[in-house]
Amino acid sequence: MARTAVEPAVTSLSAHTLPRLLPHDDVRGLGPFLDHFGTRPRGSAALIGEVERAGLRGHGGAGFPTATKMAAVARGRRRAVVVVNATEGEPMSTKDKAMCSVAPHLVLDGAALAAEAVGAPDIVVCVDRHARATLQSLHRAIAERATYTSERVGFRLEAAPNRYVAGEETALVHWLNGGDAKPTFVPPRPFEKGVNGRPTLVQNAETLAHLALIARFGARWFRGLGTADDPGSSLVTVAGAVGQSGVYEIPLGLPLRDMLGSAGGSFDKTRAVLIGGYFGGWLPVDAARPLTLDGTTLRNAGSAFGCGVVVALPHQTCGLVESASVARWLANENAGQCGPCMNGLPAIAHAMDALVAGDRNGNAQKHLERWIAMVSGRGACKHPDGTARFVASTVTTFAEEIEDHRRGRCRRSHSTRLLATPAPGGWR
Amino acid sequence: MSKTHIVVNWTTCVGHGMCAELVPELIRLDDWGYPIVDPRAVPPELEAHVKRAVEMCPTLALLVQETN
Repeated sequence: MARTAVEPAVTSLSAHTLPRLLPHDDVRGLGPFLDHFGTRPRGSAALIGEVERAGLRGHGGAGFPTATKMAAVARGRRRAVVVVNATEGEPMSTKDKAMCSVAPHLVLDGAALAAEAVGAPDIVVCVDRHARATLQSLHRAIAERATYTSERVGFRLEAAPNRYVAGEETALVHWLNGGDAKPTFVPPRPFEKGVNGRPTLVQNAETLAHLALIARFGARWFRGLGTADDPGSSLVTVAGAVGQSGVYEIPLGLPLRDMLGSAGGSFDKTRAVLIGGYFGGWLPVDAARPLTLDGTTLRNAGSAFGCGVVVALPHQTCGLVESASVARWLANENAGQCGPCMNGLPAIAHAMDALVAGDRNGNAQKHLERWIAMVSGRGACKHPDGTARFVASTVTTFAEEIEDHRRGRCRRSHSTRLLATPAPGGWR
Repeated sequence: MSKTHIVVNWTTCVGHGMCAELVPELIRLDDWGYPIVDPRAVPPELEAHVKRAVEMCPTLALLVQETN
């Protein structure tokens, strides 16, 4: 039977089941998208309250409360701008690319709703310029909306530099204003003075997709999954000692054991787990066993949910060698702006190489510990802090590997390159 | 009453080290010559010294921030 376009086929998705964000149906086109999710309401200031009641936090890495940011932008006197952050500079994360490829309209809906809620006529969608499929998907979706919807907000798509710190919100704003994609000294923060000096709401792509569902189905619905402190679902990117690596949608609070299990892995096959991306940190498998995937639990365990990366390191791969190559990569990804980071990160990377080479007298490790403490909290952005956390977690998690290297008896694989270290691009 | 804290603008600091000369009680230098600042509030007896260090910084990278 023919279906009319006036009545949305779906009035609500179940509050307690997955998937929410990544449906099995093909929802790339606007028609099928509306069939699956229904039409969106108009965004208003009331949406900010609903987002607050939902307890939505940013899924880009920092986990900042979304409503707080929205309210701050809405308070600004000038007309605001919304920036969709789909740059996803974290090398092990592909969830924002997946989100924008599978359901681009959900992300754009969230952006339009946020724009209406904070009074922004313009939306800038930023994507890693090397993510061709993502760019194409969003380009097509934006064109489709301009033709088939009566939306008043304007979308502009921008292909951003693929540097690790380029997606940090002040860096992204600086780049959109014509500068290098490098973090800037705050204050002012983007919510005060961002793109073209206007109050700017920078939100991660997945976060906006959640927002689009909250606007449709409400805060109570959103809280139908997840925990009281970390409500809702989340995308995670799983890699390593699993049968099926890739992007999964999970309820927050899912036991890590179950996550590995659904991906065809297990703790037995795992030496250590990297959670949250390169800024999260390693956990030895025994420390990881009791954990659940949510910000609160992971923070208490000295880790972070970050952007939802889970890498299971197999026993046969040397975690020290993998981490030394990431430390070198993170050092090369410093923006060359802040002294402690410019000097400290290469020094740290050098000391990591020394551990790999066999730190006979323990000097490198001593220096490493000194420098880890020295760089933290001393930059325009959190790049030095994140690197320090990653390296500190390497030293504690792979004490046995460090000892084996000291004695020249590490028999694990040194050429796996499980952790990606993509070639650096430009800053413009 | 408001308190003041020393803040470094890391993107403009180039490590002249003047601040550590002027207020050694609160600022020392790291292994590369960049300031490590005491995170506590500036005690009243050092306020004049801190003010001088802020004014003397060649790149204007040293700031004081008022916190309540």
